[in-house]
Amino acid sequence: MMQIVTANRLRDGLVVYLSADGGWSDRIGDAVEAADEVAARELMETANRSEIECRIVGPYLVKVENAADGPAPVEHREAVRVSGPTVQTSLNRGAHGGHQRRHV
Amino acid sequence: MYIYDEMDQAIVDQRVKQFRGQVARRLNGELTEEEFRPLRLMNGLYLQLHAYMLRVAVPYGVLSSTQMRKLAHIARRYDKGYGHFTTRQNIQFNWPKLEDTPDILAELSDVQMHAIQTSGNCIRNVTADQYAGVAADEIEDPRIYSEIIRQWSTLHPEFSFLPRKFKFAVTGAPHDRAALRVHDVGLRLYENEAGEIGFEVMVGGGQGRTPMLAKTIRPFLARRDLLSYVEAIMRVYNRFGRRDNKYKARIKILVHEIGAEEFTRLVEEEWEHLRGGELDLPLAEVQRMRRFFRPPGYEDLDDPVTWYELKKAENVNFSRWAAANVAAHKQPGYAIANISLKPIGGVPGDATAEQMDAVADLADRYSVGEIRVTHEQNLVLPHLKKADLFDLWRALEAIDLATPNVGFVTDIIACPGLDYCALATARSIPVAQRLSERFADIERQRDIGPLRIKISGCINACGHHHVGHIGILGLEKRGEESYQVTLGGRADENAAIGKIVGPAFTADGIVDAVETVIDTYLDLREEGEEFIDTLERTGHDPFKERLYGAR
Repeated sequence: MMQIVTANRLRDGLVVYLSADGGWSDRIGDAVEAADEVAARELMETANRSEIECRIVGPYLVKVENAADGPAPVEHREAVRVSGPTVQTSLNRGAHGGHQRRHV
Repeated sequence: MYIYDEMDQAIVDQRVKQFRGQVARRLNGELTEEEFRPLRLMNGLYLQLHAYMLRVAVPYGVLSSTQMRKLAHIARRYDKGYGHFTTRQNIQFNWPKLEDTPDILAELSDVQMHAIQTSGNCIRNVTADQYAGVAADEIEDPRIYSEIIRQWSTLHPEFSFLPRKFKFAVTGAPHDRAALRVHDVGLRLYENEAGEIGFEVMVGGGQGRTPMLAKTIRPFLARRDLLSYVEAIMRVYNRFGRRDNKYKARIKILVHEIGAEEFTRLVEEEWEHLRGGELDLPLAEVQRMRRFFRPPGYEDLDDPVTWYELKKAENVNFSRWAAANVAAHKQPGYAIANISLKPIGGVPGDATAEQMDAVADLADRYSVGEIRVTHEQNLVLPHLKKADLFDLWRALEAIDLATPNVGFVTDIIACPGLDYCALATARSIPVAQRLSERFADIERQRDIGPLRIKISGCINACGHHHVGHIGILGLEKRGEESYQVTLGGRADENAAIGKIVGPAFTADGIVDAVETVIDTYLDLREEGEEFIDTLERTGHDPFKERLYGAR
């Protein structure tokens, strides 16, 4: 299964994803995917350097499936992190995310 | 209200300055996250699912209108225009930026507020009866002693690194509105047979993954002995509480493992070294503190109040609100009003900046500028003339804060759950919203009568599900949210831990399940019974049968 790296941005705490250029984007669609464990380890090495550089906090790998509009997390928790709180539409990041799970 | 003296202000200002330096060092890389994390937590700053979260203390739930306006300002300027009132009478902001938090704390300090000890393994914000000082059934004002405990516990060097967090609750009335039995220490002020006022001391309650009711370890404690006795409790806990396993580190586990009798013996032994010493609370100090909580200058008013009775007779909506949301005040002609933060379909405990400002204005106009926060995530205006209630209600209606549902099925406690919380396993708020919508009809709610639904999004039980008449615990099963139902919990003076009724329900099925429980009660209830009375009379079997009989 494909994996991407997520974290929270240090300055404002917002959810970000590691992109192909080594930067961090708040759009999961920009996330760079690792197809195997070797590639995933390399992504985490890049992410850990970003943490040392005080750009992000607490990077970790997330399993994703490829949906029509980009990578979509398998786990419910990560889907909520993509979309933002599911309860106040004004706060949602859905426009940035591209992955919506069925809500309660 | 208590007003900071120079020492209080200096402590808070010094902490803001320290934290400003710590944040700067974190941002420039001098501090790693591992080093910074305990420092930010000591100042109430968490990193949650989507962003940082700042938890601000509202000591024993008492707020001035000035403080409420400041909270509104913070919500507007530094957050997304709203805040969330919690089951510990605090307020949480869900979207602050790390780089803004020193400024937020400085703004809070301007109105004598802070976020110190709202996280970490220390003595947390002391909670109390939201009707403190005004309840018709009150014997003694718990705010006096809550403030004394707050001062004693703030930055207490011996108790800054406890095995785990520690929560006090204090009441001064026979009816427990502060959930004493599910706190680490519960203190109930009452008058004994000799006519002396003192505390019943309860220790070792809590919820979480191992719910327990506190045991009474001293039936009567004189008020002057308060601090020496609680210090003895803390010393015994600090020495013997487990530090090897965070899930077994709360004082409830210690009391359970060694037994209440042995725990009491250890406390009493420690107390012998402490009583009568520097922690002795002289009457003069209590009197000094009492002056901060003097009643405002109430007028001598007739009661009943004709205008109030007339308006209730004329206007059915006002009458419904008055019946559910207005509580008895100790002063004739006055009343206490609950402001429900549970609009139908809304997020329990949330208030917008505009609503906070409006409540502050109403508090100034009608309630001597004073507001309370309840552990059930509502607000209270404590000093109202009954003659003003109709105008107040109309003003509340205009800002969507006149939902007449306090104590009813839609007055639901819900933790932030997986919509915000990094620890959660399932969402709580959407379940609360759907239940609220299902039972929106106010006549149906009134028919069902008092019923406490409490929802937690994980086993940590911040939504108090263990003490809900109907408790709902959100879990994750094979990648899907599921909801376990407990019945028979209660947080009042007859506190009980609810029992799991059976297998969990799906997200789609949970609202129907709750409705089945309520319909079963309506079929079974006898004259004058509330939900909890029927349940305690019949036991769980008829409810189980209706919920699972067809399976």
